[in-house]
Amino acid sequence: MLSDRRPILFANARIVDPSRDLDIVGDLLIADGVIREAKKGIGAAGVPEGTDVVECRGKLIAPGLVDMRAFIGEPGAGHRETFASASQAAAAGGVTTIICQPDTSPVIDDPATVDFVLRRARDTAIVHVHPMAALTKGLEGKEMTEIGLLKAAGAVAFTDGEKCITNAQVMRRSLTYARDFDALIVHQTEDPDLIGDGVMNESEFAARLGLLGIPKAAETVMLERDIRLVALSGGRYHAASVTCAESLEVLRRAKDAGLNVTASASINHITLNENDIGPYRTFLKVSPPLRAEDDRKALVEALARGLIDVVMSDHNPQDVETKRLPFAEAAAGAIGLETMLTAGLRLVHNGEIELITLLRAMSTRPAELLGIAGGTLKSGAPADVIVVDMDVPWIIDADQLKSKCKNSPFDEARMTGRVVRTIVAGRTVYEFV
Amino acid sequence: MTIAPKSSFVLSHRHLLGIEGLSATEISGLLDLGEEFVELNRQIEKKRSSLRGRTQINLFFEASTRTQSSFELAGKRLGADVMNMSVGQSAMRKGETLIDTAITLNAMHPDILVVRHHASGAVELLASKLDCSVINAGDGSHEHPTQALLDALTIRRNKGRIEGLLVAICGDILHSRVARSNIILLNAMGARVRVVAPSTLLPPGIERFGVEVARDMREGLAGADIVMMLRLQRERMNGSYVPSVSEYFHFYGLDQKKLSYAKPDALVMHPGPMNRGVEIDSIVADGAQSLIREQVEMGVAIRMAVLEALSRNLPHA
Repeated sequence: MLSDRRPILFANARIVDPSRDLDIVGDLLIADGVIREAKKGIGAAGVPEGTDVVECRGKLIAPGLVDMRAFIGEPGAGHRETFASASQAAAAGGVTTIICQPDTSPVIDDPATVDFVLRRARDTAIVHVHPMAALTKGLEGKEMTEIGLLKAAGAVAFTDGEKCITNAQVMRRSLTYARDFDALIVHQTEDPDLIGDGVMNESEFAARLGLLGIPKAAETVMLERDIRLVALSGGRYHAASVTCAESLEVLRRAKDAGLNVTASASINHITLNENDIGPYRTFLKVSPPLRAEDDRKALVEALARGLIDVVMSDHNPQDVETKRLPFAEAAAGAIGLETMLTAGLRLVHNGEIELITLLRAMSTRPAELLGIAGGTLKSGAPADVIVVDMDVPWIIDADQLKSKCKNSPFDEARMTGRVVRTIVAGRTVYEFV
Repeated sequence: MTIAPKSSFVLSHRHLLGIEGLSATEISGLLDLGEEFVELNRQIEKKRSSLRGRTQINLFFEASTRTQSSFELAGKRLGADVMNMSVGQSAMRKGETLIDTAITLNAMHPDILVVRHHASGAVELLASKLDCSVINAGDGSHEHPTQALLDALTIRRNKGRIEGLLVAICGDILHSRVARSNIILLNAMGARVRVVAPSTLLPPGIERFGVEVARDMREGLAGADIVMMLRLQRERMNGSYVPSVSEYFHFYGLDQKKLSYAKPDALVMHPGPMNRGVEIDSIVADGAQSLIREQVEMGVAIRMAVLEALSRNLPHA
């Protein structure tokens, strides 16, 4: 790991800062762990003595990514991922802040566990880590957690992870109570009864594979319910992972009505569709399931319009034993910390989305929603910065990924553009040479 | 043996079902009468005869210590024959309806019935079927008029007035009959009322009750002359309305730090029974600013005042 005590000037870079709608060719100066300036023509003359000058030759400089949804195995499942391994993967993928999920063992549902996570991450991770805490005790969907004390301890949002809170009264009261603390509630809207035994998108393709489907209504029904409860309670709500066009319509109405509602889509859902499952490839079994190509297109279009606020990795390491099984029996989940930016760049290169829009959804917006530093290149902000070579072609080799588990849906995929340097609080934590 | 009451105040109602419907003059009259009984209760000879020959039945469908015993004492000091009925022994347990109970009781010719019931509106229902005077000793989450009156008497004796004071009522407003009666009374008497609670413990539309609403104690207690704490029921503590006792105490429990947000001469009240360490810290409950014990004393006096005032309207032989 490199230690950058001296100021650094990144010269002649393409600087994209979504927090200021900035996309220019210019220079970025970092000193003392913070961003001093990012603008056109600072030049070698305008920097303190002893500054390292890095000639960027048009490479992209952007705020480090804030990944709003990643499962890390600590506490309880360190064999799947640790803060150390996840942060290595994150750094290589340009993620400078990981938001870890509370569905661990024990569940992150009390202030002492939040404290453990923060200390453990501080001691072992090379990027920032903030936990979401459970919304209900033990993720049981029955009793709300100590939202006020958990927030004070450092929980940035409240969620039951992949579990859906089916009891509408619990959701209503949680939204109502959380509002007093300005706490964000994040919910994966999937009705477990409608999911039933389904394992992939309900479609002709599923029927041909002989797999039970999960209807889009499983998501939309629950999202619709939640929106009504948000209207009733005035809480701050974030749909954890929307996947289909029907949900986007629900979301649009909620936003038009001025409700405090935002949403994420995973990198998997904006870049892949159910056909990628092909011959029962379990690495493409995710929760919620990959949908049809029309849904994927609708998600990308919603992202471009700002209807979808955040793109997250939904990083979920699963080892071989849980994946090398018949499709219906395999665990859901895909790793994504290290590949989410490069996968997202596919959409940029294809002309499906503007670079600044993608970067906003992966950095500025999540930081804003969670009330944390990052996602900006404004003067005085922490120097969480990535340097990206937008044009370098490469092939993803899952074995080379830094995550403990190799369940990448992008194994052997051809990519264009990769992170070449990641800086967290002024320190270079990753460099591709 | 009897001391004649000085006050010739008469209440123009047959029942006392709530504070709603009482005028400021009637409230003041009851408080004045209560004041006289405070003096009487501090004497060695506490007995009067204004209810002599009258039958008072205390019908409690919900457990109560201080309300029931103070009504019993109040009735006895005024010379009434007092009978206590609690649900444990009554036919209600055997499936009798409330109206059948009323008809049965009516046949016993009581003069005054004091009722507590867990259902809002149950006391009014009983009153409509009975010939005697009915006093509401607490119905569900609706009203508890004698509590509001005793609170008002306590405030007036300590602050010299009610008008213009800022009273912060804190805690489980949603389920509290004490809060509702107090809000109505304090508004009628010209006090400023502020309710302080997490949103889950505030009833919808509370801002239209003529109160200010605060959701944290610092903001809620700022400038308060009186801090009135409410009891949080055990079954509402653990994740249903609030996450836990420790979180509730941390954010809404009255300790010395939070009390310091109120005026330096602010006084603390609690209708009891207290959950020490849940809504109130022992140091505050037992401290110099606490009126909690005085409230109990005022409870007997104000109930005597209510019994006395209603008895003046009873038919005489």
